[in-house]
Amino acid sequence: MNGWTDELTRARLHVVTGKGGTGKTTVAAALALALATGGRRVLLVEVENRQGVAQLFDRAPLPYAEERIASAPGGGEVRALAVDPEAALLEYLDMFYNLGFAGRTLRRMGAIEFATTLAPGLRDVLLTGKVKECVRRAGKSGRHEYDAVVLDAPPTGRVVRFLDVTRAMADLAKVGPVKGQSEGVVKLLHSGDTAVHLVALLEEMPVRETLDAVAELDGADLRPGAVFVNRVRPPRLPAAAVAAAAAGRVDEAGLRAGLVAGGLEVDDDVLAGLVDQTAEHAVRLRMEQDAKELLAEADLPTLELPELTDGVDVAALYELAEVLVGRGVR
Amino acid sequence: MNKLDVDALLDDPATRVLVCCGSGGVGKTTTAAALAVRAAERGRRAVVLTIDPARRLAQSLGLRELDNQPREVRVDGFDPPGELHAMMLDMRRTFDDMVWQHAGRERAEQILQNPFYQTISTSFSGTQEYMAMEKLGQLVAADEWDLIVVDTPPSRSALDFLDAPQRLSTVLDGKLIRMLSAPARAGGRGLRKIVGAGFGMFTKAVSTIVGGQLLQDASTFVQAFDSMFGGFRQRAQATYELLRSPGTGFLVIAAAEPDALREASYFVERLSTEQMPINGLVANRTHPVLAALPAPGALAAADRLERSGDAPLAAAVLRVHADRVAVADREKRLLARFTRAHPGVPLVGVPALPADVHDLDGLHEIGRRLAGE
Repeated sequence: MNGWTDELTRARLHVVTGKGGTGKTTVAAALALALATGGRRVLLVEVENRQGVAQLFDRAPLPYAEERIASAPGGGEVRALAVDPEAALLEYLDMFYNLGFAGRTLRRMGAIEFATTLAPGLRDVLLTGKVKECVRRAGKSGRHEYDAVVLDAPPTGRVVRFLDVTRAMADLAKVGPVKGQSEGVVKLLHSGDTAVHLVALLEEMPVRETLDAVAELDGADLRPGAVFVNRVRPPRLPAAAVAAAAAGRVDEAGLRAGLVAGGLEVDDDVLAGLVDQTAEHAVRLRMEQDAKELLAEADLPTLELPELTDGVDVAALYELAEVLVGRGVR
Repeated sequence: MNKLDVDALLDDPATRVLVCCGSGGVGKTTTAAALAVRAAERGRRAVVLTIDPARRLAQSLGLRELDNQPREVRVDGFDPPGELHAMMLDMRRTFDDMVWQHAGRERAEQILQNPFYQTISTSFSGTQEYMAMEKLGQLVAADEWDLIVVDTPPSRSALDFLDAPQRLSTVLDGKLIRMLSAPARAGGRGLRKIVGAGFGMFTKAVSTIVGGQLLQDASTFVQAFDSMFGGFRQRAQATYELLRSPGTGFLVIAAAEPDALREASYFVERLSTEQMPINGLVANRTHPVLAALPAPGALAAADRLERSGDAPLAAAVLRVHADRVAVADREKRLLARFTRAHPGVPLVGVPALPADVHDLDGLHEIGRRLAGE
């Protein structure tokens, strides 16, 4: 399947996960910009204390507050929030217990870290709880404050445990305010309002991990959204030449003649180097083709993003967002 | 550029432990395995401790089951002058073994059945790092290998390997757990005076959230554990000291990407603060240019050929070349930036293999590339 679907357009919470090193923060940021295009307001949330969003947009570390980080084409805006579990716990306890000054003291003593570490699920409940609050929050006009929320989630290996608040809660309180809040989170995450997107590269390992994650999401009754295939490089070789080149067979005499026709005289070393590079390229193309076929097993909408040779800066994010808008993201 | 000589490092009998660190997704496990293969090929008795290897890589090392013990790698056609052993960490089992080893039967069973123990031995953040260190300590103590190569857990940050065990021991050893779980004891009152009524509310809030039973289980567990080991903190400290002892060195693995190199920088700075020896940086999966041909000329020729349509293969080959030059330039720029910030850290680039590696031949090839062959 290719491109964005209407079902995905209806989602309000876009969770972005992927194997480490696939560029999931970049994709999450580009997706937020794409969704904001045309005048919408989008919140980009990170939860792993990495300040990856701030680095990507080349700004100082984000405080625990929703700040505008970019404007989107057509008048939209993206705000960003780095959720800190300690701050979320304090904010949360404050609502029910009015801790005030004592809360700050407890924080200084490390009591908050203690509580979030003692009950591993608590941390995730607090983070997803904050995300839910942002998704559901009403703005001034009575509509939702954010048209969409994009969550830069933990990597595929940990994402289901992170989202599976039901299981985390089984270990925690059976009653009380946390229970109430987590029920709301469970409802949101398992509804049509949420889509869990996966970022993959056209390599065997990331693709296998993507398929595993899709199965795991299905098993936990969470809805896989789209697959973003990141860093796709343009195929340069004519399809007919790939198989032979991958096996190291390149017509050197013909190549040399072709180069001469283009005005290039090369010595044997350069020619051998060009042949080796071409063979590597061909092997990679075949591997990418295999990876594509494997990825098709996931049977999910797929969107490709190009490799950016100059690296990812703010301008590149807009470029990627434009690609996504072109593929139907809205 | 200060070049890292991997063979000299592997051959040096003084090198006893090599720790491979780096952020997730940079190829730590594969690099650790390739280093051990290379060491065995160069005559050393080597063991690699992998944490969470991909299934096919594990199979290539003969690691079909998790038995938490090193096994010699025996594969047809692989007959190194030295020896290669490999193991995969099973953190739960390492923890269980640790308990069995140090507690009497009755006590051990009590601990193993404690619900809190079951939580921390499987899902506590930091347990994997703690147990990796514990296992490393055991391998060193066994004194059966002359080189131990260690992979580190797949955390978001390379620093977690150093920090997580300390964090775990701070939580489990800390005064808070004692006071929260036994608030009637004397220490509790002192603290209450400082934070006032807030502490009572906090205790209430925490036990509402995590449940009073969990706190009770945690307390029982910590007391039992204390009497066994003299506390988590001392044990974490002991393994930490091991990392500072002579013969131990660190290799930081990074991809030639800004994020991975930023993590590598943090880690290098941290190692020097801790006075831990850094052997070098492995820049994984680089794309050096194999043909000395300037890119602008190649592109101009490709344009001419495409216009004429005469030699599609030659045009494609030139495009491939220009792409490769662009990637290589970017990688060189990023690595040069790292070297400017850390001129004392030797560096080696490992050219990417075009396909994934999941057999000993692949590991052998990566070993050659690590050594710059």
